[in-house]
Amino acid sequence: MTKKMHITITVNGKEEEFLAEPRELLIYTLRERLNITGPHIGCDTSHCGACTVTLNGKSVKSCTMFVAQADGAEVETIEGIGGPDALHPLQVAFKEHHGLQCGFCTPGMITRATKLLEEIPNPTEEEIRFGMAGNICRCTGYQNIVKSIQAAAAEMSAAKEAAE
Amino acid sequence: MKDEVDTREDRVANLKGMGCSRKRVEDARFTQGKGNYVDDIKLDGMLFGDFVRSPYAHARITSIDIEEALKVPGVLAVLTAADLEPLGLHWMPTLAGDKQMVLADGKVLFQGQEVAFVVAEDRYAAADGIEAVVVEYEELPVIVDPFESLKSDVVLREDTVGEDSAPIDGAHGPRKHHNHIFTWEAGDKAPTEEVIANAEVVAEETMYYHRTHPCPLETCGCVASMDKVNGKLTLWGTFQAPHAIRTVVSLISGIEEHNIRVISPDIGGGFGNKVGAYPGYVCSVVASIVTGKPVKWIEDRMDNLMTTAFARDYWMSGKISATPEGKITALRCQVTADHGGFDACADPTKFPAGFMNICTGSYDIPTAYLEVDGVYTNKAPGGVSYRCSFRVTEAVYFIERMIEVLAIELGMDAAELRRINFIKKEQFPYKAALGWEYDSGDYHTAWDKALKAVDYDALRAEQVQRVEDFKAGKTRKLMGIGLSFFTEIVGAGPVKNCDILGLGMFDSCEIRIHPTGSAIARLGTISQGQGHATTFAQILASEIGLPADSITVEEGDTDTAPYGLGTYGSRSTPVAGAATAMAGRKIRAKAQMIAAYLLEVHDDDVEFDVDRFVVKGAPEKFKTMKEIAFAAYNQAIPGIEPGLEAVSYYDPPNMTYPFGAYVCVMDIDVDTGVPDIRRFYALDDCGTRINPMIIEGQVHGGLTEALAVALGQEIAYDNMGNVKTGTLMDFFLPTAWEVPNYETDFTVTPSPHHPIGAKGVGESPHVGGVPCFSNAVQDAFRAFGLRHTNMPHDHWRIWKTANELGLHG
Ligand code: FES
Ligand code: FES
Repeated sequence: MTKKMHITITVNGKEEEFLAEPRELLIYTLRERLNITGPHIGCDTSHCGACTVTLNGKSVKSCTMFVAQADGAEVETIEGIGGPDALHPLQVAFKEHHGLQCGFCTPGMITRATKLLEEIPNPTEEEIRFGMAGNICRCTGYQNIVKSIQAAAAEMSAAKEAAE
Repeated sequence: MKDEVDTREDRVANLKGMGCSRKRVEDARFTQGKGNYVDDIKLDGMLFGDFVRSPYAHARITSIDIEEALKVPGVLAVLTAADLEPLGLHWMPTLAGDKQMVLADGKVLFQGQEVAFVVAEDRYAAADGIEAVVVEYEELPVIVDPFESLKSDVVLREDTVGEDSAPIDGAHGPRKHHNHIFTWEAGDKAPTEEVIANAEVVAEETMYYHRTHPCPLETCGCVASMDKVNGKLTLWGTFQAPHAIRTVVSLISGIEEHNIRVISPDIGGGFGNKVGAYPGYVCSVVASIVTGKPVKWIEDRMDNLMTTAFARDYWMSGKISATPEGKITALRCQVTADHGGFDACADPTKFPAGFMNICTGSYDIPTAYLEVDGVYTNKAPGGVSYRCSFRVTEAVYFIERMIEVLAIELGMDAAELRRINFIKKEQFPYKAALGWEYDSGDYHTAWDKALKAVDYDALRAEQVQRVEDFKAGKTRKLMGIGLSFFTEIVGAGPVKNCDILGLGMFDSCEIRIHPTGSAIARLGTISQGQGHATTFAQILASEIGLPADSITVEEGDTDTAPYGLGTYGSRSTPVAGAATAMAGRKIRAKAQMIAAYLLEVHDDDVEFDVDRFVVKGAPEKFKTMKEIAFAAYNQAIPGIEPGLEAVSYYDPPNMTYPFGAYVCVMDIDVDTGVPDIRRFYALDDCGTRINPMIIEGQVHGGLTEALAVALGQEIAYDNMGNVKTGTLMDFFLPTAWEVPNYETDFTVTPSPHHPIGAKGVGESPHVGGVPCFSNAVQDAFRAFGLRHTNMPHDHWRIWKTANELGLHG
């Protein structure tokens, strides 16, 4: 058996330390080792985005990364984005604008969208469609996902303006 | 009391009942990553099972050596057919009356077939174990073409021939050849042929509706847990029909049904993929019994695309006859259906070709005949209804292409040809030539509304101009106008003719009202994204006068939910929705007696009004449903049992027939083959509308799956039987970038036989969308002589069409 590696990662603000085989994929670390089941698995080829997390500030498909490559990194998943006491505007907007159906793509979608809105705070429809093209949804046809992201962007800009 | 000052509108709004765009109650958990899908389930000591799969499409297995695999750290067991045989579980029945190998019994019939099941402590150990299993194969001739299969000496399935090597009867009658599964006919052959032979105008076409796959974002999987102490088996899984799965598991395992609990947790999309029973389920159950531990099996995407539940794969030949004015006189359809290695179609048992006999479409066609031949090949089994009622997508594609071809033959406008042949409003209920009785429709109104909305005449004028510009070298883009008008047949179905493995296709709802005026309703269906917890509560709110927000809807646990046949074929609203309304009406009937008692009047002197019973003629005297609920639990009312509960099992008298009119406008770059969807207008009539927001969402989703199928998505094989599209690299799933915005619209023609007039909508946009996208592509080339070309219209095939028509100079 291969030698295990010593890994330290911070997930949703909590530091985790463990020994893992070098072949362990980040998605399995999250889902099976740490019981963080928000990110999902929809493919084996890095196409669907269901497994999207934020790693050191960038959107990453956690199915295509070994946890060994994430050693020392800061990871954020849907669970860290918002919860019952403080929902993220995207979480509110997805419900308000029917941006989900089966919900399987949703954690990845919202996680990706948080980064998109950091990259481009007021994206055009085209920028949203392009920026979200790494996340597949089989249910919604995307129209309401685009709407949800637009609504959240407006909400966040308004809140930012009010704060300034 | 607040109630007394509220206006009637306030009270109606407060219920959030039928017709309102209530936000979904499911969304809180999904948006916060707290859904509970099968792969999220984790049990103490849970093991992980996975398959050794065949690399060959047709081969004899000469040996399986598991010894090395058992030495792999973490591997606990390896099951093969030899282990399952003593239990009688090496084969299992399919929903189509055939049987299927659970693990390869001496040979394999398709690439990816399950050969052995490795059970290990985790996924990685299972993968290591799979690597270490040594299987020796002896290759056999591979047949991937159904026409060749029907001529071949190669016997694919040894159980199809008798001792004299002559074919023996199959589940649906005599076989024409050893690789032939069934022939299914509808309508009148001789009269149809006669009308066509003597007709002034006949259009003929052969089309291939390619093989594809529902590919929900979550693959199939299960967790089986045999509790040996209590003798109870619990099975969690991605089941679109949990109750039917329980019965099937009981029948094949011999475990009594009360000792089996099947639970469908949250399901990440189904689209037909999760109706059938798969070898993974059986192997997980056996492995849990053998090891005494819970066993999880989850497909990866490649397993999913290669082995569970393909859709379509229909070769359809049609003849349609008409008068010179365009009145259709007869239709003939001959189908050769490729079912792969096992007939595992998920159709009602008496319908081996599903409801393909809806192929006369929305048109008043006096005479018709349909013949379907099912054939075995070395491809994966399935034949599921991918976002459609049983084979309805094929039927609608067929007729909507035949109409276009006939329009070309007649030199007529295809919109006008449809209009003059529609079944007229006053003809409903309409008995179609192939047997169905359409419940209601108003096709002309819908069609006129659609054509007006898109300004059809202006579009055609623009198209004419575009062709001129193209010929004059001013543009390299052609314009296509895709039309489709579809009639769906959903809501299977009446028990008298619809069953699956002998289980009648009714559905059910059980309601308990709590003393303080809230409620729980349990149904025999299961949501996979349709939002049942939201919409069924709305139906109930309107029926029983308690706010939807006070009603919990629960599905998917066979220990608590009443028996039902599940969710597929747009049957939840037509069947379970009806059961919900009927159960609600039972509650209301009892509430009426309680109200009358409380108000000290006769039962007939009170009437229901939104959320209360009022004394007729004296609206100030009333009891709200909340008050009545409390009284049901705290007052001794003479002649009335305490409590407020009801259950309804609903056997629909007929199917429902949603319909719609779609128009797609597309620009096609002749040099790259890239289509640009400029506009898509979708008018749906699904009868009474329960939640417009959810309907619209279903339409967007169904259209996007239609776009995928029409413009590129396919399961393709090479002639060795290798799957060429086994990953998302080659299997087309549209992203936000490829998908347009859709315009949705509606008319409302309620179903006359459904308690609330609803017809179902989830699948209409897929059924109507596929021919609409395809017709748009083909219409772009009509001016250059194209009659028909097969889907999927990916860029390469569109380019090729342009090339073959000489458009590249
Ligand atoms: S599971 Fe990671 S991209 Fe599909
Ligand atoms: S909501 Fe089902 S995959 Fe997006």
